Amino acid sequence: MATLNSRTREKIIKNIFFCVALACIIMLGLITLFLFMEGIPIFDKVSIKNFVFGVYWYPTSEPPDFGIFALITGSIFVTLLSAAFSIPLGVMSALYLAEIAKPKMREIVKPMVELIASLPSVVIGFFGMVIVAPFLQDAFDIPTGLNLFNAALMLAFMSVPTICSISEDAIYSVPNALREASLALGATRLETIMKVVLPASISGVSTAVILGMSRAIGETMVVLMVAGGAAMVPHSIFDPVRPMPASIAAEMAEAPFRGDHYHALFATGVVLFLFTFVFNIVADIIANKYKQTGDATL
Amino acid sequence: MKRIKLVAIVLAALMCIAPISAFAGKLVIKGSTTVLPIAQKVGEAYMKQNPDVEISISGGGSGNGMKAIIDGTTDIGNASRFIKDKEVKLAVEKDAYPVPFRVAYDCIVPIVHPSNPVSDLSLDQLKGMYKGEITNWKEVGGPDLKIVAVSRDTSSGTFEVWEGKVMKKERVMPGALIQASNGAVAQAVAKNKYAVGYIGLGYLNNDVKAVSVNGIVGSAETTLNGTFAVSRPLFMFTRGWPEGDTVNFLNFLLHPEKGQKLVKESGYVPLY
Repeated sequence: MATLNSRTREKIIKNIFFCVALACIIMLGLITLFLFMEGIPIFDKVSIKNFVFGVYWYPTSEPPDFGIFALITGSIFVTLLSAAFSIPLGVMSALYLAEIAKPKMREIVKPMVELIASLPSVVIGFFGMVIVAPFLQDAFDIPTGLNLFNAALMLAFMSVPTICSISEDAIYSVPNALREASLALGATRLETIMKVVLPASISGVSTAVILGMSRAIGETMVVLMVAGGAAMVPHSIFDPVRPMPASIAAEMAEAPFRGDHYHALFATGVVLFLFTFVFNIVADIIANKYKQTGDATL
Repeated sequence: MKRIKLVAIVLAALMCIAPISAFAGKLVIKGSTTVLPIAQKVGEAYMKQNPDVEISISGGGSGNGMKAIIDGTTDIGNASRFIKDKEVKLAVEKDAYPVPFRVAYDCIVPIVHPSNPVSDLSLDQLKGMYKGEITNWKEVGGPDLKIVAVSRDTSSGTFEVWEGKVMKKERVMPGALIQASNGAVAQAVAKNKYAVGYIGLGYLNNDVKAVSVNGIVGSAETTLNGTFAVSRPLFMFTRGWPEGDTVNFLNFLLHPEKGQKLVKESGYVPLY
């Protein structure tokens, strides 16, 4: 070892790190490849159009129906409704923590919020099933508490920490010079927050929101337990739905290996992958396009 | 260097021997996912008693189990139905003589919320409720409440029984709630006074109320004498009369004090 001079050593270390970084990309590539290879064969049996827009999901009937439109709408509605809860909650608590709370308060509350993120999803699912569902049923007098609304509520629970924590970092990094300038011009504290600080950190906040939503759309255990699992297009927010991850998780274990049902589930996985992929690309574009420049850089 | 070579040779030699000695006690079980929990539980217990036997168990459905018996790729093929005529013909063509062993019964009981006064439903009523034609409890003699049907994921064995015995191949409506396990169905029905569900007999508890079908209460007794409608026998098939580890395993499984006790623990109805 002593014979290696420092330059070769540098080179070796550089290459090792390069390989480690490359491993991530290769893994992602292989997983994607596998997902497509297992999903594509179903399109010999049904056309892409009938698969995506078909409303009947009867994978084990004779003859089977492989239409995942109800599953897709289930996923979309659950995610949107949960965003309606989690965005205001997450962004507002981030604003409070970064702008209004005293440092001591911030030191206590921020770790607490982040602690919610460490709750296992099965625990949240169980909570939704055993506590929230009966409560909703009594409070709104509806036939079942296992529905879109309940699932959205539980998912909001899970995405608030992501949204809050990342937005808080973005808001906190807005330089003081901007705040001071605004206050010096006679703006009130509220005006400063709404018109100066928030716009200055909007790219960080948007990234936070989209990452939070992409967590919600891919979440499996919670929707499997509390969404109700009915494969139909919902007519109200109290209808049971069957988002894509729930369908895959519930059926994959017992679908015959390399059968049509198996391929259809993988194809559902491909659709889900495309959704989260688009979400992440959008987050990336926003982060780059509206990059905080000058003093406001993250 | 020489030493490394020696080690390599010894290792290579060991590798050649190892599979042969492992092969001595290997048992392959494939087929119905309904029978799978029984095979797993009994298999584990059997391996504990006979550490030299290695049992590999997989699902794949009754059809695949029968196919594996016909092709000779498994020692035991699980099936939640009897062998079909077509399969017998195929087997005979390949010189295989499948031998059936009845190992347990599957009994599926409809359940409702404990506060629901309905205590008996006919097969037609159950079918109507799951098809979405009967939507209110008052149509079947209950209170004026909407019916919420709780069903199982379509690839489960429990759903298969329900589909075959109650739905008679008609489709469960898309609006039915789907739960992924017997326990989850029981939980969902226990918390919901609108709900009707169905679970394996072994999963019944005090939080839900079992409903009789066509006037007959689902129990081990009514299942064994064949009067309860939503039940069926479960089978294991072998290729020809079983020998060696296979026959030992089946004897263990059919023993009233050993295997059959585990059958009951898995939530099924034992033969004795």
